[in-house]
Amino acid sequence: MAKGLILFSVVASLSSCVTVKEYQKSRINDSEMELSARKSEKFEQSFYLYREGASGANGGKSGGGCGCN
Amino acid sequence: MKKIIVTVGLLAGLLKGAHAQTTNEKETYQKRKLKLEEVNLLSSYYGQDGNNSAVTGGIGTEKLGDFANSIDLKLSFIDRKSRQHNINADFNIDYYTSASSDNIDPLTVSSASKSDTHVYPSLSWSMKDDATHTTRGISYSYSTEYDYHSNGINFNYSKSSKDNNREFSLKAGAFFDMWTAILPAELRPAGYGSAAEDDRDPVAHKPRNSYNLALSLSQIVNKRLQVLFTVEPAFQQGLLSTPYHRVYFTDGSHTVEKLPGSRFKLPIGARVSYFLGDRLILRGFYRFYADNWGMIAHTLNFEASYKLTPFVSVSPFYRFNDQTAVRYFKAYGKHNPTAKYYTSDYDISGFTSHFIGAGIRLAPPGGLFGIKHWNAVELRYGHYLRTTGMVGNSVTLAMKLK
Repeated sequence: MAKGLILFSVVASLSSCVTVKEYQKSRINDSEMELSARKSEKFEQSFYLYREGASGANGGKSGGGCGCN
Repeated sequence: MKKIIVTVGLLAGLLKGAHAQTTNEKETYQKRKLKLEEVNLLSSYYGQDGNNSAVTGGIGTEKLGDFANSIDLKLSFIDRKSRQHNINADFNIDYYTSASSDNIDPLTVSSASKSDTHVYPSLSWSMKDDATHTTRGISYSYSTEYDYHSNGINFNYSKSSKDNNREFSLKAGAFFDMWTAILPAELRPAGYGSAAEDDRDPVAHKPRNSYNLALSLSQIVNKRLQVLFTVEPAFQQGLLSTPYHRVYFTDGSHTVEKLPGSRFKLPIGARVSYFLGDRLILRGFYRFYADNWGMIAHTLNFEASYKLTPFVSVSPFYRFNDQTAVRYFKAYGKHNPTAKYYTSDYDISGFTSHFIGAGIRLAPPGGLFGIKHWNAVELRYGHYLRTTGMVGNSVTLAMKLK
């Protein structure tokens, strides 16, 4: 179910896109709009790796590099 | 004849002008030397407590404190072919104390905490070619703590569309790790060491190798919305249990935790960022996770960043995680002595966790407190709790210098 929803979201997002020119990207280029975890989340992601069983797909470690899960 | 001479003269003049223009264009594309672009400093404290320590079989204190620090440098230069090279070097060091680790050898340690230092630097290089809209890179990471050492390598490649609205990226890597297998004191065979500095008896070293592949697709949907999708399968093999975790059986006996020698993980994630109005940015993250140990997890993270002024923003956030237990988990004293694999590590049990907090970020154009190069500062706090009863608190200070 979850995988189907993600697949649907991918298709829906890609099919509804408009071309955005460089000079129109003032909001997209805002530092808070980055499609990644904040720098300040770095050590929070570390304790997720140790305290939880799931990992990966978030820009952090997916397995290995530590004695974590 | 005069007309011919004038025409030839004009043409010669035009050609000379064109040649001069080409020379000026060549001068425009001169390579740029190595330059320090940015320095990021990060400092964080995390404290937790609970009553399900895996070291004592799923019961006992989980009290732990971790003080973590990081500095990373971003450098760049442009080569003769106008390609931008980025070099990133970071150095991280954690100092942590753990009351549960103290119970690995409870007969000899008298203090309430055991401490260790974890050092993990990394170095990466990437090259961006605007002509082909591609970026290639490689990185190396190293990690060392008392009983665990790691060497990691990653390769990455990305390609963006001509309008830079879509980007596909691929990242492949491996970690080659080594456990120093410190066993609980009462479970060590005769002649097996404790790995303490003054103990010369041998201790086993066991490898753990991990292989990861991340495929991502990002897309700018419109002027306010962009999304990212990631699939990151991972495979691990080697010693995947923790050597000093105890497990207690229904017959009263106990032994060291034992888990399969391989694990396959499949996380699939999606991120979205949306600029609502003139001041509010909404950030969302969802991850579905499944592995062949029987765990299924859903993680949802939501953050709303509100710009009080163009240079000050506050960002409350909430993170939800729900996971099922791996099939080898049972609570203290519940394991069947004939089971092949067994663990009482509550980190891989079934639970729901919540992490809630907020951050504040300042980034004035002239620098903070009149210091031109002090570009931004961010303070972030979060409270973590999970249905196993464990609670934690995290506070982070981040600074950017440019």
